[in-house]
Amino acid sequence: MCLAVPGQIKSIEGETALVDIAGNGIRAMIALVPEASVGDWVLVHAGLAVTLLSEEEARETLELMQEKYSIEDS
Amino acid sequence: MKTAEALSQEIAACRSIAESLDRRVTVMEVCGTHTVAICRSGLADLLGENIRLVSGPGCPVCVSSQGYIDAAVAAARAGLTVTTYGDMLRVPGSDMPLAAARGEGARVVTVYSALEALYYAEAHPDEDVVFAAVGFETTAPATALAVKAAAGGPANFTALFSHKRILPAMMALVAAEDLQIDAFLCPGHVSVIVGSEEYEPVAATGRPCVVAGFEPLDVARALRMILEQVRSGEARVENEYTRAVRPGGNPAAKRLLEEVFEPAQEYWRGIGMISESGLAPRGGFRRFDAAERHGIDIKEVPEPAGCRCGEVIRGAIDPEDCALFADRCRPTSPVGPCMVSREGSCGAHYRYSRRPA
Ligand code: SF4
Repeated sequence: MCLAVPGQIKSIEGETALVDIAGNGIRAMIALVPEASVGDWVLVHAGLAVTLLSEEEARETLELMQEKYSIEDS
Repeated sequence: MKTAEALSQEIAACRSIAESLDRRVTVMEVCGTHTVAICRSGLADLLGENIRLVSGPGCPVCVSSQGYIDAAVAAARAGLTVTTYGDMLRVPGSDMPLAAARGEGARVVTVYSALEALYYAEAHPDEDVVFAAVGFETTAPATALAVKAAAGGPANFTALFSHKRILPAMMALVAAEDLQIDAFLCPGHVSVIVGSEEYEPVAATGRPCVVAGFEPLDVARALRMILEQVRSGEARVENEYTRAVRPGGNPAAKRLLEEVFEPAQEYWRGIGMISESGLAPRGGFRRFDAAERHGIDIKEVPEPAGCRCGEVIRGAIDPEDCALFADRCRPTSPVGPCMVSREGSCGAHYRYSRRPA
């Protein structure tokens, strides 16, 4: 239930942002990251941006999430 | 395959540190997403004899009391519209789960967030909408926002509050004499809100605490950090999930929680009542309390017969120790919440057959 995913803010209207999460446009509230602006990366949980991420932090998380590996290989 | 290489290095490091210790170290995770990551990756079996990984009260659905489920079912059957996270639907109540109440014609609506429940209330002014507000500090801010928005919005929105704070539960488990927890893998997204500093009181009891992200590499790295502390006789709070977690958490979220809620005693399945472990609405926000507005009673009711969820939640037994596990209790016919929820220990062990080391 506590899962959150990184995405990039495409536009902002009031306290709501359109966030690109892996190619999908998701509406998220940005009340908890008042300093957020278009182009910023955020971590989104249940329709709410819970923290700002640097681009590097976001990409690292996305890579870890996307890289399919099996530890039996190791 | 950079990640796989890094992962195998971390596992090897864990094994070699663990082998150098003269005792077995029990590490508890208190986050359902960690439970799933550990089970799915098979990490528990790869670390060697000296490391025991045990799941704690990390699944928000599982720790909700039987009485809470019953109250939500009763509310739905009494004609209120119950909006809930999907994970709650199939948790057995004393009579029936919410899903069965819906099957009987009660209005039970699955939502993805507290705000969606509020929008539903706005769109359905003829219904009395109750949001089943469960979850730890990760989900509580969204409830707080919805409650604040409701103050100037629809009059037909209330919440059945049962939010939980993880720190008091960890402290209760530390104090339990029958459990020997040596260290904690601390939750990632709860910590985004509360900050890694939250766990200082736990570390002060001599137990290393490391905040971890959700990928197997994050977990393995955090375990290695814990073992290094154990080896050098230290007990500190460390943060592996620096990508998202700051020491002080999210100040805006903490202010919001403070504004809308006050700490209150809260009942945890398996653990019992823990003071200050819940979040009750404060002052003027109390009028959004569904229990008060609609006279809903959350009673203490006994657990389903034979189900050992309570002990599983405390980390006192592994799911396989329950006689019903994989027998009468399966994901398709769950007896207790730990088998229903995607993040429950029993369900995760069943799906990924994690064997206790
Ligand atoms: S296996 Fe089923 S009955 Fe046993 S503790 Fe887990 S959920 Fe309860």
